[in-house]
Amino acid sequence: MTTHLQFDQVRLPPECDALRREVRAFLANEIAKGTFDPHRPGHGDSHDRDFSKRIGAKGWIGMTWPKKYGGHERSFLERYIVTEEFRVANAPVRSHFVADRQSGPVLLKYAPEHIKMNILPRICRGELCFVIGMSEPGSGSDLFAVKTKATKVDKGWRIDGTKIWTSNAQIADYMIALFRTSAPTNQNRRHGLTQFLVDMKTRGIKVSPIYQMSGQHDFNEVVFEQAFVPDDHVLGEIDGAWKQATSELAYERSGPERFLETFYLMLELIRAVGPEPDTRSAEGLGRLVAQLHTLRRMSVSVAGMLQAGKEPVVEAAIVKDLGTIWEQNLPNRVRELTAFVPPEIANRVTLEEQLAFATTIAPKLTIQGGTTEILRGIIARGLGLR
Amino acid sequence: MMAGRDQVAQPLQIRKICPGAVHRCDSLPMALLGLTMGSLRWPKGQTRPGNEKSTVVKGESDHIVAELAARIFADLADPQTVNRVHDGAWKASFWQALSDAGLTLAWVPEKLGGADASLAEGFALLGVAGRFAIAAPLAETLLAGWLLTCAELEAPAGTMTVAPCRPFDRIIFGKDATLSGRAFSIPFAAEAQNLAVMAESETGIVVALVSARDCTIGEGQNLAGDPSNIVRFERVKPLRYARAPSGFDHAALMIMGSVSRSLQTAGALESILSLTVSYANERVAFDRPIGKFQAVQQNLARLAGQTAAALAVSASAADTIAQSDNLDGAAFLEAASAKIRCAEAATEGAGIAHQVFGAIGFTKEHVLHRFTLRMLGWRDEFGSESYWAAELGRRVAKRGAEEFWPMVAAR
Repeated sequence: MTTHLQFDQVRLPPECDALRREVRAFLANEIAKGTFDPHRPGHGDSHDRDFSKRIGAKGWIGMTWPKKYGGHERSFLERYIVTEEFRVANAPVRSHFVADRQSGPVLLKYAPEHIKMNILPRICRGELCFVIGMSEPGSGSDLFAVKTKATKVDKGWRIDGTKIWTSNAQIADYMIALFRTSAPTNQNRRHGLTQFLVDMKTRGIKVSPIYQMSGQHDFNEVVFEQAFVPDDHVLGEIDGAWKQATSELAYERSGPERFLETFYLMLELIRAVGPEPDTRSAEGLGRLVAQLHTLRRMSVSVAGMLQAGKEPVVEAAIVKDLGTIWEQNLPNRVRELTAFVPPEIANRVTLEEQLAFATTIAPKLTIQGGTTEILRGIIARGLGLR
Repeated sequence: MMAGRDQVAQPLQIRKICPGAVHRCDSLPMALLGLTMGSLRWPKGQTRPGNEKSTVVKGESDHIVAELAARIFADLADPQTVNRVHDGAWKASFWQALSDAGLTLAWVPEKLGGADASLAEGFALLGVAGRFAIAAPLAETLLAGWLLTCAELEAPAGTMTVAPCRPFDRIIFGKDATLSGRAFSIPFAAEAQNLAVMAESETGIVVALVSARDCTIGEGQNLAGDPSNIVRFERVKPLRYARAPSGFDHAALMIMGSVSRSLQTAGALESILSLTVSYANERVAFDRPIGKFQAVQQNLARLAGQTAAALAVSASAADTIAQSDNLDGAAFLEAASAKIRCAEAATEGAGIAHQVFGAIGFTKEHVLHRFTLRMLGWRDEFGSESYWAAELGRRVAKRGAEEFWPMVAAR
């Protein structure tokens, strides 16, 4: 039984201060230029390819990757700072964020050298948008139920099937997809899945929008009809993708984006209650501050442990479980705490717009990237219960 | 209340005023090796881990203190054993062992009668004390020693506690050099030989050492049945007293007390998690261990989350205070957050653990209550989560929205 939970004392090193100042100055300049409005998280363009290119030019995409692939060989803690500052500013990073966080690392580990040399530098320059092709109509949390089939043909694979809930597929250049290459075995139902790199311009791929209840359009249905993927686009072991998936998930689960999604409401709450809040508002705000500080200390600790080569799988799952529930509950907490503020407060319109937006996107926060139930299953396994 | 907030805002130079508190881990091997008078000592006949090495690397000494404490706790204050006996007979030998090892006055420098350990080592000790739900005034004696040291007062041997331990209680140091007033819910006051008292005089804060015999100590217990008493000071003449350095005030005491309680709570939650997971794997219902049911697994995962949060935030606060020169803004944010979040974790964690254990966990005979009731009681000592949340919220609101993210990101 491993009930020992470990959170090393990790502080961001002093050299990160200069980087943080640089990122803040860059963002302030972009806001001044009108690239995005930090007070309107749900409006405007959440992906902006030119903006991503400017971020790439600063060296803030693929920060931790080897220089030979266009990376910058900086630490995960430095990347952490860039990620949290962009998130807090509500900057439109959607066009490069998935590639930076998870697609690039998968390619680094499993793609053939010539593919890495071709694609990774373009990711680092902010030129490429990646999407994750995992979910299917009959396969959500249960990834091993993936049915989209990759059939071996001359010099490659023929893909047939449907991916769904594929965020940003309408703007994506590439997908990292999970396809079925063999049937599962009786001994191992996880067997038979393979990861592929898919060029979204491939003939036989059709992307159709699925609009969300928040009014946004991130989701898509992606249908593959005899789409051809060449042999050198296989990532890692054929039929053995399940072995590859787990190690990177700690990065995906524990980052600042897992508790800062509705952070803007904290700022509006502070503005709304004013410099001398009553006891109810002050106490409510104070609890939220303590909870946020705790989440961030946990998240930074996991980042530091990953940097040190440890594998805090359970701790990372806990960060996402607690973090997503916190950011999901935040709209209602702020709504309650601002119930009695005077109607004439200066940020009334912004507050109400943001509350409405955050309330409509809140349900997705505990679903995307691993549901609460799946995370708790992982934690329970780590505790020795399954 | 306003005054309390303003006082918190002043930087407190604990480095200057607490000689015993500023030692870094790398200065401690001498004390730990038992080479000097009054230092931490490994129990007779046992070998200190790492004794073969001539130097102790930074941070390692925290583990050594924790291990030393854990060994004494396991031998002489095992929660199961203590729960079975119905008297306090175990306490004398336990306290003697702690005292012999130098743990009770860990935060007091040698010249003032203590073991000269670092703040970090003392904090590590408190986490272990929480894991064993120690029902003796160890944390209180540590805090009392720290408080006396801050005024450069010599610390006596024996059990101590501190007063006040509620944010708004005040004791007055009169012109006749006596103490007057009352303090509520002083932990272990009825068992302590002496009290370290923070009092207000017309010219500033005074720290005083008082014999418990000279005070009027009321009846009372905390949720777990440990003494928790109202202490009345009726023109009590201190054994000794000194003026506290400027800037040192009640807020500093509340911060140290809060971080101590947070560490104890995190330790208690670690034990609760371990006990509860073990029980879920053993207890069979509907033909399988209850830990195989997803509903139970989900609850235990939540318990792990609360435990993780408490561990992370309390360790962060302890680390901040151990590394810093003062108890200003950063220490305030960390300590307040730790007390708030650990108290919330105690509430939720105790609820989950009791739910998993069912009726057996609700009995006197079962050990679970030793942990759950103690940590639920700790929520109210040195400022409840509601108190700290209101203080923290006011401070954040006063600074305004623009300063909020930089404040969080600086930690």
